[in-house]
Amino acid sequence: MSDEANEIKAIVTPVRLDYDFTAGLAATQFLRGLEQKKIIGARSGPGAPVMVPPRGADPRTSELVTESVEVSDKGTVVTYSVIRVPSDNIKFELPYVCINVLLDGAGVGMFHVLQKCPLDEVRIGMRVQAKWVSDDQLSPNVASIDYFEPIDEPDVTYEQIRENT
Amino acid sequence: MRNVGIVSFAQSNARAEVRNEVEFLLPVVKEAVARSGMERTDIEFTCSGSSDFLQGQPFAFVLALDGVGAWPPIKESHVEMDGAFALYEAWVKIQTGEVDSAIIYSFGKTSPGDLAEVVALQLDPYCVTQLWPDADSVAGIQARLFLERSGKSERDLAEIAARSRRDAQDNPHAVTKGDFDVEKLLAEPYRTSPLRDHDCPTNTDGATVMVIAAEEKARELSKRPVWIRGIDHRIDPPALGVRDLTSAPSAELAASKAGVGSDKVDFAELDAPYTHQELILREALGLADDLRVNPSGGSLCSRTLFSCGLNRIGDAFERIAAGDGDRAVAHATQGHCLQQNLVCVLEGE
Amino acid sequence: MANLCGVVGIGQTKYDAKRIDVSMPGLLREAALRALEDAQLTFADVDAVVIGKAPDMFEGVMLPENYLADAIGATGKPLLRVHTAGSVGGSTANVAMSLIHAGIHDRVLTISWEKQSESNAMWGLTLSPPFSVAVVAGAGGYFAPLIHAYIERSGAPEDTGIRTALKDRKNALLNPYAHLKIPDIDFEQIANSPMLWDPIRYLESCPSSDGACAMVLAKEDLAEQAPHAPAWVHATAMRSEPNQFPGRDAVNPQAGRDAARDLYKQAGIQNPRQEIDCAEIYVPFSWFEAMWMENLGFAEESQGWKMVYEGATALDGDLPVNMSGGVLSSNAIGASGMIRYAEAAMQVRGQAGEHQVDGARKTLGHAYGGGSQYFSMCIFGADKP
Repeated sequence: MSDEANEIKAIVTPVRLDYDFTAGLAATQFLRGLEQKKIIGARSGPGAPVMVPPRGADPRTSELVTESVEVSDKGTVVTYSVIRVPSDNIKFELPYVCINVLLDGAGVGMFHVLQKCPLDEVRIGMRVQAKWVSDDQLSPNVASIDYFEPIDEPDVTYEQIRENT
Repeated sequence: MRNVGIVSFAQSNARAEVRNEVEFLLPVVKEAVARSGMERTDIEFTCSGSSDFLQGQPFAFVLALDGVGAWPPIKESHVEMDGAFALYEAWVKIQTGEVDSAIIYSFGKTSPGDLAEVVALQLDPYCVTQLWPDADSVAGIQARLFLERSGKSERDLAEIAARSRRDAQDNPHAVTKGDFDVEKLLAEPYRTSPLRDHDCPTNTDGATVMVIAAEEKARELSKRPVWIRGIDHRIDPPALGVRDLTSAPSAELAASKAGVGSDKVDFAELDAPYTHQELILREALGLADDLRVNPSGGSLCSRTLFSCGLNRIGDAFERIAAGDGDRAVAHATQGHCLQQNLVCVLEGE
Repeated sequence: MANLCGVVGIGQTKYDAKRIDVSMPGLLREAALRALEDAQLTFADVDAVVIGKAPDMFEGVMLPENYLADAIGATGKPLLRVHTAGSVGGSTANVAMSLIHAGIHDRVLTISWEKQSESNAMWGLTLSPPFSVAVVAGAGGYFAPLIHAYIERSGAPEDTGIRTALKDRKNALLNPYAHLKIPDIDFEQIANSPMLWDPIRYLESCPSSDGACAMVLAKEDLAEQAPHAPAWVHATAMRSEPNQFPGRDAVNPQAGRDAARDLYKQAGIQNPRQEIDCAEIYVPFSWFEAMWMENLGFAEESQGWKMVYEGATALDGDLPVNMSGGVLSSNAIGASGMIRYAEAAMQVRGQAGEHQVDGARKTLGHAYGGGSQYFSMCIFGADKP
């Protein structure tokens, strides 16, 4: 039965599936905010940490988030990485800096991209601010924030943000 | 074996959820926990079932952890299977003696993708998927063979649909329900001959949660304890041409291992998403022709894939707990044409 | 534990970037048949199969075990499919072990696998759902920031990761199944390899491999009769926690610490560093060895890197770690956890060949997954517990 010369080693079967994702109630508020250059998180009640972006629950207590809270578009880099690996669905030019940014007023960090900063100057604790796309480009998408950029504010110490790394 | 009882159950079903998985799972978890009479943190083991392909996202179950109470860290496992198999794993965990209680959850969102196309990716990737037969077509092939072999008619199938939809009227979680005239159903066009729309499941979004406990705890928490007397699951070969599609040997074997035939059965909840599959399963499980099947309306009236098997077990539990029967068979299935089957025997005290 | 469980057969495939010489069923059978051969058994002797792998999207087949059922001897048997992210290889084995512990089955076959070359795993990991922007490429992009945080808090020297990678890459040369083997590997080669996700260099990262690993488990009396000495299961543990919340320590996660503590308690281990002879742990990026040494209680907080520096984790150190070459040398994602268990079990069976640790009688297998959220662990012993 074996016919090495004619053996098929691989075949290509293109697979395409389309999904209509559901953002969910809390994330919808967040996405609608982005259309207006606002970052809207959510929390489960007064005093509870603000989740940004909100996925629906406070993971620590598993309570539904019920309250929308706007947070600042300024924040602190709690950690980062310089990315030098290409990937089909990533639009940034290599190398670029991926940051986990803790926005002022938020209880958890959010992943985004840092630009306008030399690679060797990126550091934990640096202050950054969102750079929004032009008004006609705003959409219910995190891409409405084009990138984050450094701002002229003193660094925050690691101990202050250690909780969030 | 340790005696294990179902302590509580909760479910949600909707044609298409506007909430995300965390948002619709969390309230169902709370409801089941509240009904159990236990605190979430006192439940020792957690096991879930779901599917990445259904959600259209790898690691879909990871996000769900936000909604189930995973802090402080929990003893937890996940099967890429229907929640009924998560129940099996949790039942095994209690059998080891390491834990006395467990919460099982499953969730499914069938609305984001074209379900019949998504599940076609379960077929042989080298020789069958290239043709991309959708799930309803594959079920149609099985139905045609079954009608030929059994002498049953399309009318018999329509009667199953009408009965299921009628019974579903009493089930607040069923999505397709009401009084339907068999003649009118038979006048509808085919979807995948010999199957019409009413022969195929109403796919839904939803979540299912169950709490189980070892004997002593279950007794303490239940007015009328409902015991898992037997639970077993088996699988048949995948290739559609290899096995006799008009039978379900794995269901038959699982039923025998679970002890279905050892005593009288009052009713059955069968995960039969297509009408003809109810008939195949009745035969495989050795159920009497007049036995009441799917008083809930079954998976035909609302099928939240990856939750609907656990729903059948939960529906049977609720009926027995309410005193509506003493001994029931519940069943879950996976794969095309009833390839993999789990059978569970429940008994009220 | 009511019923004892022993590992009586272990089988691995050769790990490689693209095993296009075999189909998916062929790959699984290669591991399964080797495990059965080791146990001198056949598929007919197995009561149930427990299978694990990472996301189905990595191969583009939904619930592939349904399609694979007959190829792995599961026809007419119970077949369970576990998926707990990267820890899945470990948790799959744990679930299989629980079937023996519970007294439900006498012999169970467990298999974990991945054939990433069938699809595009990087794509699977970086899927871009709407509303969001893909900013991290693959797992490295996710874990690199955690490594930065570890360096910041521990003050570990920058070359800690390079030293770990060098050790594992040298160990891999002793392992016939390892995927990535670089015969003349040295410190400079790793230090000079391209920086991918700062601070992770190319040679500090795991490859992407095709492969499968299988184990045959048996209850006590059958394990005693096995042709080769069994590896006895002394303890198993699993823990999970959510991905992100204020106060979560993703560098040294509570779930991992809890699982380790539970594991040692079950196994009656007071001092893990002294009592465990060697450990095979999940290190996809070199720095994670130092981090997990702390999480697993082998080192005090912020001191894990010293074990690397002192050579404690080398093959001739006091706690050899990743004798097989580890995930850094072979990473068939869904199988990686079980490969760790298999190596730990091989060590107490004296089967590890050139990477055998002399006199290994008690070993640890470890796996983790998600955003350092899922942990599964196992202690194996040469003696019964």
